Amino acid sequence: MSATGGGDGGQAPGTVASRLSGYLRGGGVLVPVITALLSFLVGGVVVLAAGSNPISTYRAVFEGSGLNWVFPWLSAEDRTLAALNLQQTLLLTAPFILAGLAVAFAFRAGLFNIGGQGQYLVGTIAAVWIGSSLGDLPALLHVVLAMLAACAAGALWGGIAGLLKATTGANEVISTIMLNWIAIWLGVWLFSVGGPLHSSDPAQESVPVSDDVEPGARLPVFWGDPELQGLHVGLFVAIGVLLVFWILLNRSVTGYEVRAVGFNPDAAEYGGINAGRTYVKVMLICGLFAGLAGALDVLGWQFRIATTDVQISQVGFYGIAVALLGRNTAVGTAVAALLFGGLINGTSVRNLDPTIFDPQLAVNLTLIIQGLIVLFVSAPVLITLLSPGRLVRRARGRPAPEGTA
Amino acid sequence: MTAVSAPPRAARPGLGGTRARLAAMPRATRLGWAGVALGLVAFYIALPPIMLRTVIPSALLGVGALALGAAAIRGGAGRVGWGAVVAAVVGIAGAVAAVGSGEANLERVVVWSALAAAMLRYATPLLFAALGGVVSERAGVVNIGLEGMMLTGAFFGAWGADLTGTWLGGLAIGLGAGGVMGLLHAVFAVTLRADQIISGTAINFLALGLTGYLFIRLFGDEGTPNDLPEIPDIALPIGWIPFLGPALEQLNLMIWLGLILTAAISIYLFRTPQGLRLRSVGENPLAADTAGISPLRVRYGAVIASGALAAMGGVFLSIGFVHSFSQNMTIGKGFIGLAAVIFGRWKPGGALAAALLFGSSSALAQRLPVFSPSAATLFQALPYVLTLIAVAGLVGRSRPPKADGIPYER
Repeated sequence: MSATGGGDGGQAPGTVASRLSGYLRGGGVLVPVITALLSFLVGGVVVLAAGSNPISTYRAVFEGSGLNWVFPWLSAEDRTLAALNLQQTLLLTAPFILAGLAVAFAFRAGLFNIGGQGQYLVGTIAAVWIGSSLGDLPALLHVVLAMLAACAAGALWGGIAGLLKATTGANEVISTIMLNWIAIWLGVWLFSVGGPLHSSDPAQESVPVSDDVEPGARLPVFWGDPELQGLHVGLFVAIGVLLVFWILLNRSVTGYEVRAVGFNPDAAEYGGINAGRTYVKVMLICGLFAGLAGALDVLGWQFRIATTDVQISQVGFYGIAVALLGRNTAVGTAVAALLFGGLINGTSVRNLDPTIFDPQLAVNLTLIIQGLIVLFVSAPVLITLLSPGRLVRRARGRPAPEGTA
Repeated sequence: MTAVSAPPRAARPGLGGTRARLAAMPRATRLGWAGVALGLVAFYIALPPIMLRTVIPSALLGVGALALGAAAIRGGAGRVGWGAVVAAVVGIAGAVAAVGSGEANLERVVVWSALAAAMLRYATPLLFAALGGVVSERAGVVNIGLEGMMLTGAFFGAWGADLTGTWLGGLAIGLGAGGVMGLLHAVFAVTLRADQIISGTAINFLALGLTGYLFIRLFGDEGTPNDLPEIPDIALPIGWIPFLGPALEQLNLMIWLGLILTAAISIYLFRTPQGLRLRSVGENPLAADTAGISPLRVRYGAVIASGALAAMGGVFLSIGFVHSFSQNMTIGKGFIGLAAVIFGRWKPGGALAAALLFGSSSALAQRLPVFSPSAATLFQALPYVLTLIAVAGLVGRSRPPKADGIPYER
């Protein structure tokens, strides 16, 4: 997937990120908002086609997400329920932020990290392994150690792709896809009956599941009832990493190098930046983010992993949609993560009233909306056509390509 | 491998001239390949039907393979030489493992003809997806969405078979649905000049959601009916031929179709003017455009065909192999197909070889639980590990078509 050796009329940018630069680096919130609205609109048509009312469905999803908690006019009873729902939404938002950053940071360096899922999974594996062993450690030390282990595992997984890219030029899209599936089967093997990390509990002898995380290695709950899966402090970890991401990217030498390589690796090399080393560094950091996301899920509310969890988990993949919709910025990623957290929680079997819309369908509706968002993001031209052209062109900072209309 | 300017004749040795190719090989390379063969023989003699119950002959052969490998490396054929070293190590280790395990277990696992049949069965969905990938990428459109297109084919194949009551109807509807997914990818990748990797990723998400949605909506909790029409097997009266007979006498129609399509697509791409045009669009669309070929039309055709081919793999999976549909039933097979495209160096024949290799690792994973159920799981990861090694260039350069992944802007 290298640039053409000439002959192509216009410029032929070499990386996914540079091809999408118009969309991803342009300022303004208009285009992401239109993208999301358009996706929800098409999703509404799907709901309509199923014979349900899209407006009441989306309303129910919104209430299920608990985001109505911010409305001042809610009755005390509704507020209690909304708080419960919002806790669940934020519980999902935290890992989505981190998984989104894992994709966004790579994008800024001109890399497309599809491997967030694999990096997330090895993070969960490391967290559950450390969290369920070393039982006599002091609580704080134990939880920190488990999180560090998850970061290291994720960084290793991302670093492999970065190292291959830097040393052999292996395309990171392909290598991260392969690493995803290697991580999935690794997890299935580890937790399967007879596997190395299979539960030592005799009651779970024939269940393919890990040991439980020790109470001391669990993240403390700060909002809601710990027995009812209240909100753990992982949210603050995610917000802290958002801050780190912003500073790292915009206020550090590394960030400057990352952005320079992302704009044009050859020019960056010419300017004295080692592009290969930057690729490794970026993928290490991306993997670290995604691995930490895995730690938050395992130490925050799941506390154990079954082989089915390994196979059906989608957190890393949602990270792609989060980063793309959030335009790879810190604030955008946070907002997009909240959107997806709310959407998934609002369409869950527990929260959606089946008389309004079948939750089993709604879960798939979420996947469809996610797919549509990614699809629309892939073609900036489409959004340019659909939106007030002048505004978007100004936001993109350059004239629209000729022959677009 | 196949530059546009080169006449189609350049690819000819691949089909006929094995002997000529062997003669043209440097001596060191020949030594290396002999080492690879010797390493595999070392393993083979420890397995049924020969099943020597001692390691010594295998060890001797393995040492021989090591020596040949070393000679090849010294002679300058490093890649094949190291291949021979790996084969020697695998051969000795495998022989030690085989001698160490019980005869009864070995007899049960290593039934060559059954293994070959299972390998073909597991390879077929991968093969269809890989053929789709080859066609699309040869025309210059990266297709990460193979997984989603295959899943679409699997669902609509099952739905169509249920609706029409015949497997032929299922095949037609599945193919059509895959073609529509291909069309969607083409609209974004070709007309809207979207990023092909991202739109392909989107296709995967969309297909997962859409098939899951329709599955719940149309089949509900009961799932697909038990009397789903099935794609028939082809029974051949060849059971008396040793080894090949029992392996090939009872195979599904789609397996044969996959093999025939491999040959057909290979001839189409490398022996016909249309194939040359398709490849030229994938290498240098501007030059093709100048020569009066419409890159847009060629790419549309290739991507739609790619969707239909990947869907064919899905149809085989749902109504030829498993006989039901379940949500996300392809679990990564489309991605292994993508891996086979790369591993097979963007050639139909190479894709077939890669699909067979990956299929054999699945077939082994199916049978190894006799020894260790958890270790068998790890075999499922083998295709991905091999592909990782392949993209890193450690087993020979894999070069994609030059304009692969780059939208064409006139």
